[in-house]
Formats: sequence, structure tokens, C-alpha cells
Amino acid sequence: MKPVIDQFMKAIPHIRELGIRYSGVGRDWAELELPWAERLVAYPGDDGEKGIIASGAIFTLMDSVGGFSVQAARRRPTRIATVDLRLDYLRPARPGETVVGYSKVAKLTKSVAFVRGYAHDGDRDDPLALMSGCFMATAGAKS
Amino acid sequence: MNFAPLAALLSTRHSGVLTGIPYAETLGLEFEIDEGGVLLRMPYRKTLIGAPSPPRLHGGTVAGLMEIACMAALLRDETVTSVPALKPIDVTVDYLRAGQPETTYGRATVMRRGRRVANVRVEAWQSDPGAPIAAARMNVMIVGADGAA
Repeated sequence: MKPVIDQFMKAIPHIRELGIRYSGVGRDWAELELPWAERLVAYPGDDGEKGIIASGAIFTLMDSVGGFSVQAARRRPTRIATVDLRLDYLRPARPGETVVGYSKVAKLTKSVAFVRGYAHDGDRDDPLALMSGCFMATAGAKS
Repeated sequence: MNFAPLAALLSTRHSGVLTGIPYAETLGLEFEIDEGGVLLRMPYRKTLIGAPSPPRLHGGTVAGLMEIACMAALLRDETVTSVPALKPIDVTVDYLRAGQPETTYGRATVMRRGRRVANVRVEAWQSDPGAPIAAARMNVMIVGADGAA
């Protein structure tokens, strides 16, 4: 699965733009990483210190990993769309640290997948964001 | 969590590129002050694509646009000398339509600005303002410019 996902991700311009990369995948979960980069910063640091990355960049990471976890659970590539996604921002990401996004499919129906996930920056027991989302198999719909 | 550069920009200019926030520059955001408040614009660029064929915007780019629209709406009335720190508490994004490879607009409405928390609604649309591609609500913690919460 890893080479497939790696190849898939390299073909997605915005994922490449933010520097999001593969971390892991299982039968109903996926994990992606977002290394700290200056172009992700929303809150610049003082006196040349590294700034805090935008919550919007973390949202993109979680939307991406949520979608990948649904792909993993469906076993075969399907066009999917995010129906809704909620993030609770528990705390800011630590400047300079890689943010890891994890998503697990809680329930998969024929057309809808419910996911739960979290983001952390080194310690799974100290998450910086919690995710709750819903994805839909589209097959051409909604566009 | 200081948005002083954004507040300064919004209070001194009527339109232009959103500078001072690297992530906003990564998205290529532009702003315009009009009678409705702050209108944000995200012109299409290839690096915003999240699904290659047919090309569709990554949902995260639209969420990023909407989050910054929230912050801009909250900073709009601030004077440059007293800019509060804004901390996102949570955000919920409803995706209504696929994002086409074209300019996306975002505008936020402050539903309630409390002493510590503001509740903000945002809409994002493309060619037809009556057919939004996404809607979001966001709660933001407001921390006073003097550091008091």
C-alpha cells in the first residue's frame, strides 16, 4: 500500500505544496505527516524564532488523512468527497515540530464513512487537535 | 497568536495581497474591504488542486481561506494599537459543492463577539455567490492585547 499511496500523494499538487507525506496505513486507518515549514506559518515568531503553523494547514492534513483512511477501508480506489469535517484545536502545534495526523474509520456504509482522528506533534497522548468527519463516495455526484 | 500584520493591513488599505502571514501567501490570498466587511479572494493556482482529474480544489485550501476570513472579520474593527490575540477553538466545515479550478471567495459574519469567545459563520463561493461551495462555523478565543483573557 505504501508505494501506491506515495505515488498517489505526489500527484496531488496541494499535498505536495504543503509538504504532507505518508506515514502509515492499515485496514481502516491512515497516518500522514506535516513537517514544519515557514510557508505554513500563520503566527510568525519573534526575532527569527520559528512561528506557529496555521490551523488551516492542520485542517488540510486532517482532511487528507481522513480521506486516505476511507480509501484504505474501502479497499479499492473510489472517488470520495468530504461531507463535513470538524476540528477541535486543543493547543497550538509546537514550532519546528512535525505534525502527525491519524484517522480511523468508525463506520463504513455503502456511501458514507464516519471517521474520527487526532493530530499530535510527537506524543500521541498529548494531541493538539481532535477530528470528527464524514465522507461520501461520489462517483461523479456533487460536482 | 498575534495577527498584528493582518490588522495593520486591513486598517490601512482597502484591497491587495494578504502579506505578513506566510500561510496566506502560500494560498495566494487577496483581500478587499467593501460595505459588507472583508472579502477574501483566492485566485486559482495549480498548487491548490487536491484531485487531479478532473481538477478540483483541495478542501483544505477552502477551509484555510475560511479560517483566515474569520480572523479578518474579527480584526476588522480593531485599531492597530490594540490587536487581540486570536486562538481558534474549533471549526466545522460543511462541503456543499466541489471546488472548481477558479477564483474562490470567502466572507465571514461575526454572529456574537463575547468578551472571551467569538462565534463566526463563513461562506465560500466561486462564480455564483448564491451557490456556496462550503460553509463553516468557527469559535475563536479572544485574548486581550494586554494579555488578559
